[in-house]
Amino acid sequence: MAHGAAVAHGEHEHHPTGWKRWVYSTNHKDIGTMYIVLSMIAALVGGLMSWAIRLELAEPGIQFIHDTHFYNVLVTAHGFIMVFFVVMPAMIGGFGNWFVPLMIGAPDMAFPRMNNISFWLTAAGFILLMLSAVVGEGPGTGWTVYPPLSSIAFHPGPSVDFGILALHVAGAGSILGAINFIVTIFNMRAPGMTMHRMPLFVWSILVTAFLLLLALPVLAGALTMLLTDRNFGTHFYEVAGGGDPLLWQHLFWFFGHPEVYIIILPAFGIISQIVSTFAKKPVFGYLGMAYAMVSIGVVGFVVWAHHMFMTGIGVNARAYFTVATLIIAVPTGIKIFSWLATMWGGSIEFKAPMLYAMGFIWLFVMGGVTGVVLANGGIDTAFHDTYYVVAHFHYVMAIAAIFAMFGAWYYWIGKMTGRQYPEGLARVQFWVFFIGVNVLFFPQHFLGLAGMPRRIPDYPDVYAGWNFVSSIGAAITMAGTLLFYYVVFHTLASGRKAASNPWGEGATTLEWTVPSPAPFHTHEEMPVIAGGGHGHSHGHGMPRPAE
Amino acid sequence: MASTAAKSHPYHMVDPSPWPALGTLSALTLAIGGIWYMHGGPLWGVAPGFLLLFATFYFWWRDVVRESRAGVFHTEAVNHGLRVGFLLFIASEVMFFFAFFWAFFNASAPLINSAAHVKWPPEGIVPFYAWGLPFLNTLILLTSGATVTVAHHAFRLGDREKMVFWTGVTVVLGAIFLACQAFEYSHAAFGFKDGIYPSTFFMATGFHGFHVFVGTCFLLVCFLRARRGDFTPNKHVGFEAAAWYWHFVDVVWLFLFVVIYLWGSMGFTGTYGH
Repeated sequence: MAHGAAVAHGEHEHHPTGWKRWVYSTNHKDIGTMYIVLSMIAALVGGLMSWAIRLELAEPGIQFIHDTHFYNVLVTAHGFIMVFFVVMPAMIGGFGNWFVPLMIGAPDMAFPRMNNISFWLTAAGFILLMLSAVVGEGPGTGWTVYPPLSSIAFHPGPSVDFGILALHVAGAGSILGAINFIVTIFNMRAPGMTMHRMPLFVWSILVTAFLLLLALPVLAGALTMLLTDRNFGTHFYEVAGGGDPLLWQHLFWFFGHPEVYIIILPAFGIISQIVSTFAKKPVFGYLGMAYAMVSIGVVGFVVWAHHMFMTGIGVNARAYFTVATLIIAVPTGIKIFSWLATMWGGSIEFKAPMLYAMGFIWLFVMGGVTGVVLANGGIDTAFHDTYYVVAHFHYVMAIAAIFAMFGAWYYWIGKMTGRQYPEGLARVQFWVFFIGVNVLFFPQHFLGLAGMPRRIPDYPDVYAGWNFVSSIGAAITMAGTLLFYYVVFHTLASGRKAASNPWGEGATTLEWTVPSPAPFHTHEEMPVIAGGGHGHSHGHGMPRPAE
Repeated sequence: MASTAAKSHPYHMVDPSPWPALGTLSALTLAIGGIWYMHGGPLWGVAPGFLLLFATFYFWWRDVVRESRAGVFHTEAVNHGLRVGFLLFIASEVMFFFAFFWAFFNASAPLINSAAHVKWPPEGIVPFYAWGLPFLNTLILLTSGATVTVAHHAFRLGDREKMVFWTGVTVVLGAIFLACQAFEYSHAAFGFKDGIYPSTFFMATGFHGFHVFVGTCFLLVCFLRARRGDFTPNKHVGFEAAAWYWHFVDVVWLFLFVVIYLWGSMGFTGTYGH
């Protein structure tokens, strides 16, 4: 039996127990679990901040945040936490760590000790970011940290410095993690697991890792210059010394735009696995799906200034960045239509992961369409810095990513813990959350079209109606979130035992061939992937046991 | 390793280790000490962080060297992974310097930003004469790139004595370069805080100098390891990585020399001092 095999496997190990098992860990599954726990803690903090923001915005006038700088601190911390300490740790560090080695037939990550420091540096970054909010005045800069607002003149305390070093430390961890993933995927695939047979989740992590590797150091350079401007008398962003605040915006967005793809690409991979599993069909257009992600990654590096249409960059630059941005609609369209074509004619089971996958597609299409609108430099002149932008990026990147994370959690929790989630409760959780986020963010399109600016704690009475609706949506979303934490608790405490493959014939990737929960070490004998006919078994090479 | 007998794969299942957690503690300590210093605290505030950091480096890399010397863990597959991983690390370093070159060009050659300077170097700045000490440093670094290659080729042919000698020469050249740069910095005609020119100059060349220092230390460790007999003509990943790093540092300098020292001083219309 699968369970017996797990015990036999574990017996000859001598890995440490207690706190040392986690703090000293060189095991990709334990490290992945720590990433997911960190993400769930950070999500509570970041989620409570957004809840405070929506409460403040429920009605015109100041409700309870009388210190408007504190409102800015909330906006800043919410953004940082959600991007760097919720989505990235869960998707890349958590599910990536757990399932990239399992899916390619590797016994662990390439550099297990470095894997550990990647996690702990992320945790240290989170601690530094929390300190930044409580030490001094708090950073009220927004997650974009534009000077001169972030300069020493307007943020004289240590808060912004804590924020800078939080990103430095977490960024160093992410760069090391990216190197680890790339080497693991290039160097440790099981015999027969060619690049063109890798599951799409592995492809998505590979592309993401390259974006991290090449984008984060540019942020590190920009942050270093901000740090020296603030504390050591350089003038990179100081006009008085011949510097240029726009330099920061260029460098920040040269990192920042790939960063939003860093967040959404792993979601693409997760959704591809889920849709294929529950439609019981191989992914439609496997190679197109893989190379669409590659091209999104490449083009993502040459569109950054569409975040800067209103900064006075030249008309030629605006024309170029408009066109380059619109081109990204092509590979993303390939992804959307291939998911739909995968479902087409499949015998679809609407289990919780599939509900979340379909919810993801809805959200991503919604946010993608408004993205095409905002990509136009002319239209952005009107919509820049309004709630239309807030609605756009929450749909396309933030909530879409959260949906992929929820979907991944339901999809893989049986493999990770050996316990299956309660299906009925999970579906209720989906519908509460789905209705909540749409009631929350859809009205923000109308507010933005009517000209309501972002990052301001008060607004004229004319915006009252939709703001109230949006805050009701926030309440429903909060209920859905808390329900999710209850589902987690319920699953761990009394979830029924998960089979090796709880999903049946649709689940063809390698992680479903090992017992649930996955034993401490897996693939110690390398699986051999049988070569199917070209075009049939892409990403779904059926394993056969090695002799 | 208890699982060595059971495994059928060539990869290294690393034992649990306290050093990553110690490294993280050092980063936290260093960050907090550094911010304390920046906001009026004493300079020794960064000392605990640095001590922990150097301890982490020592213990962690000591373990890696031991694992390498044990002979069974670093298979060809593992070595291939280490090489690819190090090349990726260098790629990320290239992007780090990319940011500083961007800052330089943003100030000196305003292609995108019409608001930036049109005169470079800015009024009142006396740059370094490129064909003086900077050119000497170029020759030193280029020579050191050649000597490290001589060492590598000699070792590939099995001549360890020659490899040790030329690695040592490379280390000395790296140290001479750093001494020249320190001399240059102390004779600069512009102060660190004198606006955008010194900002870009010191940030780009300063971080490069730091990388030369790191590369020199790396080569020094390889020199000692080679004398001890850690490397064989077929297996010397640490030395290869150090040599690659050295070439990377070399190429960055060529860009710095051509762009910042040479091209960056062409708009200078005054007379050089000294």
